[in-house]
Amino acid sequence: MKTEYIALLMLMGLVVITALGMLVGSHFLSARRPTKVKSTPYESGIPVLGGTRERFSVKFYLVAMLFIVFDIETVFMIPWGVSFRQLGLFGLIEMLVFVLILLVGFIYVWKRGALEWD
Amino acid sequence: MQIDLATPGGLALSLLPEIFLVLWGCLVLLVAAWKHSEENATDLVGRISLVGLLGTLAVVWWMWVGDWTAGEFAAMMALDNFRYATSSVFIIASILAVAMSFGYLGRERILIPEYYALMLFGTAGMMFMGGGADLIVIFIGLELMSVCIYVLAGINRRSVFSAEAALKYFLLGAFASAFFLYGIALIYGATGTTNLALIDFQIAASGLNDSVMIMLGVAFLLVGFGFKVGAVPFHMWAPDVYDGSPTPVTAYMATAVKAAGFAALFRILLHGFGNSLEIWQTGVWWLAAITMVLGNLFALAQRNLKRMLAYSSIGHAGYLLVAVASGGAMGASAFIFYIVAYTLMTVGSFTVLSVIGRNGERDVKIDDLSGLASKHPWMAFAMLVFMLSLLGFPGTAGFMGKWYILAAVLKADQLSLAVVLVVASVISAGFYLPVVMAMYMKPTTDADSHRNAITSGAAKWVVIGTALALLVFGVWPNRLADVSANGADNFRQVSPITTPLSTPGAE
Repeated sequence: MKTEYIALLMLMGLVVITALGMLVGSHFLSARRPTKVKSTPYESGIPVLGGTRERFSVKFYLVAMLFIVFDIETVFMIPWGVSFRQLGLFGLIEMLVFVLILLVGFIYVWKRGALEWD
Repeated sequence: MQIDLATPGGLALSLLPEIFLVLWGCLVLLVAAWKHSEENATDLVGRISLVGLLGTLAVVWWMWVGDWTAGEFAAMMALDNFRYATSSVFIIASILAVAMSFGYLGRERILIPEYYALMLFGTAGMMFMGGGADLIVIFIGLELMSVCIYVLAGINRRSVFSAEAALKYFLLGAFASAFFLYGIALIYGATGTTNLALIDFQIAASGLNDSVMIMLGVAFLLVGFGFKVGAVPFHMWAPDVYDGSPTPVTAYMATAVKAAGFAALFRILLHGFGNSLEIWQTGVWWLAAITMVLGNLFALAQRNLKRMLAYSSIGHAGYLLVAVASGGAMGASAFIFYIVAYTLMTVGSFTVLSVIGRNGERDVKIDDLSGLASKHPWMAFAMLVFMLSLLGFPGTAGFMGKWYILAAVLKADQLSLAVVLVVASVISAGFYLPVVMAMYMKPTTDADSHRNAITSGAAKWVVIGTALALLVFGVWPNRLADVSANGADNFRQVSPITTPLSTPGAE
């Protein structure tokens, strides 16, 4: 049917065989001498402080999410600023619409108290 | 009225209902921010949302009556009757869901005014799905809708089942979106465009009918939509999510979200691949047959009313897929008729469930309805109408809807699918009728049962209105059938396009 895809299929098969072979081979062939230091998670060389399943306050997630929303705003604004002259009035209005929608969201999170830490 | 989509003003006019609804949603959000600490804030915001939805419906109908069209432009938003008809369905479903929420949110102490803002934004997303003539617009509408529904499913923070529903729906929904996006990418790779009309032209012009890339792309789109509308074998999330979500949200998911998925699927398959039926018709055939049979068989085993309604909505997704499989204008008009009837009967039965139930309605067994007829005769009668209509009993709108689907599928020479539909309907009697039996033929379990039912307020009017509409459309379907046929008339021409359409801004 579509013979030109056979090579792709062979490549995929080869990739799977190689990956499996490396995993299975290292499992059977390697020597294992675990020590306490070796089996702790690697945290850039700093000694481990505690378990990773610790609960964080939801406030951190809130700040992170708000950061992403307003970060994306900048991502859109920079290309618009670069090509401001070519886009002209139409681009200005489009950008105003975008910023106004974000402004509504900003007023909302402010009034709702999402920006207060306590 | 002819709209010139080449000018920014014309573009803004073509998006009038969506712009109105989104602005109203922003207004609702600001009211929610200012008033959220007041006691009756949720009710106030709900009333404002109701006004906004009615206003949007008026704008859509104004455009429909005024016959706004855009000529031969290959635009990103379609200006046709199918868009107006499906938008009306979404808005009516949202109005019913908002109306049934008033009493429910108060009783369950879900006093979160943002609830209504999310419903408005979700409805705007659906309108983009029903009206999008470009895969990218449909995808953005799908995401806008889905993100709102993820939050709505988990809006009851005190219920672990609500949290489970939201997480499950989010993970599987994101997975389905990835499938959908990959399908768009493959189709774009094969045809070089995401515009539906241009895809149709490209397939005919370059002879892509047996292209593996196109077939894979369409298959991925079908998988994505299969998840969203809850078609077997992509239905696994549906019972748990429907069960755990607050009941008005479940009603909203089972009707408006499903309608939006089907509207977009219909437009993609019939406008983008309308001249190459052989690419998708077999796949949709199997999806429809499996969904009808298995959805109804699973529902037989349910003792819990909410789960039974969840599986029944899977079965109904199968009936709607039959309308998709038949293709063409007749299938589209049967689809619009059936989705209106299905919305009315599903919202109605979920409303009855929400007024008699407690504790998020998770533990309402079918046997708990015993003796409802003697305590609340009118509510029991309305539930009788909903169950018979879901079953497809003559005299109800559900029967007329199935009749039109059968007519469409027989016209398309697919006798086998019609047989499966009838058999599945017979199976469905096995779980709709026990509800009726429990209400009318069994005595109440104890003197206290049905005492907590809320029989006043907006929910009562939702039950009365939907039951009456089902009877009226069942006995006198001509008007709704005319409207459905009008909404489907842009699927009438299925001749291949011979010249490439002009794209605004391409020159």
